[in-house]
Amino acid sequence: MNFPILSSLILLPTIGALFIFFVRSSNSQYQSSKYVALFITLANFFLSLYLWIIFDKSIVDFQFVEEREWISGFVNYKVGVDGISILFILLTTFITPICVITVNATIKNRLKDFLIAILILETFMIGVFCSLDLVVFYLFFEAGLIPMFLIIGIWGGERRVYSAFKFFLYTLLGSVLMLVAIISIYWITGTTDVIKLYELGIDAKYQNLLWLAFFSSFAVKTPMWPVHTWLPDAHVEAPTAGSVLLAAILLKMAGYGFIRFSLGLFPDASLYFVPLVYTLSLIAIIYTSLVALMQEDMKKLIAYSSVAHMGFVTLGIFTMTQQGIEGSIFQMISHGLVSAALFLCVGVVYDRLHTRLINRYGGLVSIMPKYAIVFMVFTLGALGLPGTSGFIGEFLVLMGAFKKNILVATIASLGVILGAAYMLWLYKRIIFGKLINEDVKKMVDLKRFEIVTLWLLVLPIIFFGFYPEPLINSIEVSVANMIDMNDLDKINKLALGD
Amino acid sequence: MEYLILFLPLIGSIISGFFGKTIGDKLSQLITCILVSISALLSLFIFFKVVSSGYEHNAIIATWINSGSLNVNWSIKVDALSAVMLVVVTLVSSLVHIYSVGYMSHDPHKPRFMSYLSLFTFAMLTLVTSDNFLQLFFGWEGVGLCSYFLIGFWYKKETANAAAIKAFIVNRVGDFGFALGIFLIFYIFGTVNYDEVFPKIPEIIDQKINFLSFEFNTIDLICLLLFIGAMGKSAQFLLHTWLPDAMEGPTPVSALIHAATMVTAGVFLVVRCSPIYEYSELALSVITVVGMTTAFFAATVALVQTDIKKIIAYSTCSQLGYMFFAAGVGAYNVAMFHLFTHAFFKALLFLGSGSVIHSFKDEQDVTKMGGVFKKLPYTYALMVVGTLALTGFPFLSGFYSKDAIIEFAYISETKFGIYAAGIGVLTAVMTSIYSWRLIFKTFHGDYKNKDLSIDTMHESPLSMMLPLMLLAVGAVFSGFLFKELFIGHDTMYNFWGESIKFVEPLGKEHPPTWFLFLTPTLVVLTIPLSYYLFVKNTKIVNEIVSINMPVYIFLQKKWYFDELYDQIFIKPSKSFGIFLWKKIDGLIIDKFGPDGISNLVKFFSFKAVKFQSGYIYQYAFIMLLGFSILLTLLIVK
Repeated sequence: MNFPILSSLILLPTIGALFIFFVRSSNSQYQSSKYVALFITLANFFLSLYLWIIFDKSIVDFQFVEEREWISGFVNYKVGVDGISILFILLTTFITPICVITVNATIKNRLKDFLIAILILETFMIGVFCSLDLVVFYLFFEAGLIPMFLIIGIWGGERRVYSAFKFFLYTLLGSVLMLVAIISIYWITGTTDVIKLYELGIDAKYQNLLWLAFFSSFAVKTPMWPVHTWLPDAHVEAPTAGSVLLAAILLKMAGYGFIRFSLGLFPDASLYFVPLVYTLSLIAIIYTSLVALMQEDMKKLIAYSSVAHMGFVTLGIFTMTQQGIEGSIFQMISHGLVSAALFLCVGVVYDRLHTRLINRYGGLVSIMPKYAIVFMVFTLGALGLPGTSGFIGEFLVLMGAFKKNILVATIASLGVILGAAYMLWLYKRIIFGKLINEDVKKMVDLKRFEIVTLWLLVLPIIFFGFYPEPLINSIEVSVANMIDMNDLDKINKLALGD
Repeated sequence: MEYLILFLPLIGSIISGFFGKTIGDKLSQLITCILVSISALLSLFIFFKVVSSGYEHNAIIATWINSGSLNVNWSIKVDALSAVMLVVVTLVSSLVHIYSVGYMSHDPHKPRFMSYLSLFTFAMLTLVTSDNFLQLFFGWEGVGLCSYFLIGFWYKKETANAAAIKAFIVNRVGDFGFALGIFLIFYIFGTVNYDEVFPKIPEIIDQKINFLSFEFNTIDLICLLLFIGAMGKSAQFLLHTWLPDAMEGPTPVSALIHAATMVTAGVFLVVRCSPIYEYSELALSVITVVGMTTAFFAATVALVQTDIKKIIAYSTCSQLGYMFFAAGVGAYNVAMFHLFTHAFFKALLFLGSGSVIHSFKDEQDVTKMGGVFKKLPYTYALMVVGTLALTGFPFLSGFYSKDAIIEFAYISETKFGIYAAGIGVLTAVMTSIYSWRLIFKTFHGDYKNKDLSIDTMHESPLSMMLPLMLLAVGAVFSGFLFKELFIGHDTMYNFWGESIKFVEPLGKEHPPTWFLFLTPTLVVLTIPLSYYLFVKNTKIVNEIVSINMPVYIFLQKKWYFDELYDQIFIKPSKSFGIFLWKKIDGLIIDKFGPDGISNLVKFFSFKAVKFQSGYIYQYAFIMLLGFSILLTLLIVK
């Protein structure tokens, strides 16, 4: 067996966390712990970059598969990646160091514990994206809740306890059903190994119930309407780094789950429930865009816009077309970058003025021109302007949707108009206009570490907007295989009566 | 060479945008001006190459999107159509760049302004040189973005910010239709490249498609959806509301974006897609009707406006209407010809009005001007040239292009052609009246400005006058010189080649002689009439206004479109948003969802707590109760 690169990716952050836990920092501010965390996460990023480079994009099968016996005869620890999961791993390892850089400004107490929480969270998230066994997946998926729960509950704002419990209650409720479904799958097929399950297939008569069980968990995490109300609260109370991780990566676990498990394991049921998903996605897109339009709190606005963007993702996945699924994956990566950036932007002004209310700001462009530029790029990314990564995802999703259902695509496209409205209005109210408030006048422009983190996000957003090939190329084969393997196209045609 | 044309403006934009502070105002102005000018010279060169040897070339720069069957490239396509657009865009752009050096001399953000102008030029060039619908869409939204930046350039002005957002969002409404059109094209043909789509159009003539439960002919639907995009960008009736507001931006911007280039992108789209539109009678009729409605509507509004730039803005709107109904009756080449000449005289008028505004220290109200033609002789003369060209005074550029449109509408055999011709004549008369009203109110009569003494009036610097003069040359000669090339009966097929498709060749007959003379005669007659009405005897106008007060107010309020849209779109969206947020999210989902569950749990746990009271007699009683129930059950069984 070769070098276990995936297990290293998973374990490295945990080792870092243990190191930080046991080794005493040289001073009381835990600065050295921060450098350890930064070093570890960066090392992980480069490791995953290396993985991406040596990954063979033309092969359908899972690569770098590792399998170890764990609970004998029942569950094996099995990990591996294909073109889809590798992008999510990259996103995770890219966003985490950025979060680590920003902690100084936002976390005033118990920095050491916070770093440990972030590192552990990274372990779990990478685990989610490369586990090839349902039980292993479930463990990582649910374990991710705990550090996030702590991040919100300990380092959050005033209503942190309410938000943390709301977050926990919602997500746990869905998960319980998924656990039951996984156990049933074991009883039906005798295995929880994903690759074997892909080969075996699951009898159509069980699929609907199992699909619903998985769906209830993923829908909450996505989040889809009407189980989205935890997200605005969680974001509002979470510290900046928490919001970034939540928006950029945690939400993507569900989208990934939809592709890997809902489509992969239950193709018939997925098809059966397409109308349900379409309806919920459309409601999410239009409804939350309208709600976002009227928000007075910056973080809530961005949180609601996330729900709308994830609506495009779920819509795209269940079009079951090459463009739709690729668009969804692209949209997830892009949203990971853009929403992370937007939350960082909110964090920048929050650190200075300690309020998230939009009407307290205004006219920032005169005193913070550098901030105005990067914020503009992210705004454009969020509203899906061609030339940013946001456009590619949205447009491919809509193209895919149009193939399947013209009405759905038309309604979803309306969301693009609303998206422009709420984002530009937000930008106008914060950045443009006259400087009125006295305390706003004292705000200083971006500091060096802020420039670094924000520009690190600007570059990929623009680069992939103009040249999305590297990403699309990486998922092309896997998505095509997913469609072929489950005859999604054929099933579609039968259903349409062609 | 194509690469240079396209990328020089981008390079200029990047240099001046990111390093403007370091290299200073002067240098960034110089660099952007020079780079765009080079691009303009190269475009002229390409244009002559196309004219002389029928040069065509499609340079693929790189792959853009490659997803499943969707393959899209970044490309630079040069043919007759894009060569004309290249010349218009880069020429006007370079003149506007130079003009801006003078016009923005008191502004603190010069590099930023130049950067936006260059960026706009780049986006517009990607739009016109695209070989597929997706890159077209990229340029389409790109120019919209630059327009947003430039309208809101003076970010401290609340009205400018509002106008910028309005422009972007109204355009997005158009883009919504445009995007659906692209989706439909991809759905039907599996590709979005012109060269693959256009030849397949004749194969699907009879194909029907169900769209939102209406049965459409597929080609009709594609055309109509694309046209919605064109309506947004070219400010056509119903989606026109953003254009007058866009005048909040600096005047050079209005000249470049909102007169000569961006707003004509819609016309360009229709002409570029002539291989599709030729097969859709319905869409062409719609275009004719929308075009003539816009031409008429905008002219009526322009009659009563008092803001010098808004008058010209409505005039632009109206002229775009002309271009559309020209395309609607199948005379795409004539539409392009008017687009070409219009770019010169309308940019001239805008920049001229900018010179006036500059002299009046940012005053834009024509009722606060007057009597300055001796103080501003050059500006005055150039504005008069522009006005003559716009109104179609014989032998100036507008005469050739506009009269050609009216004639072609007259002889065309389409359903609405004859109506369009009638509206065309009527609008030409109104155009003439409002244009001369502008000239007479601005330059003649008494001096009416109370804040500035007339002695402070002075001409603008050379950097502003030079572009005006060059544009004036274009406004005078472009019609006469290029008439044969663009619309000559035999020569034009040769020039346009494959870039414009005519299923049936354009009619060669002429309208009756009296009709040929009708428009020019009327237009010439309106000059003394306007002079009489607006200078000699202003009482008559006042009387007409006071008699028809409701009509006057209706026109002044621009047919109440802004108010209407506010009532039916904006306010309901906002209140619906609040309702969804507070009532549905807050009261229903949360109350019955997480809060409800936690309350329920709390409720039962309180009950459970009560059981553990610690009193032995309660426990004993419950035990007794349970025991007796159990016993009863056993006995009954």
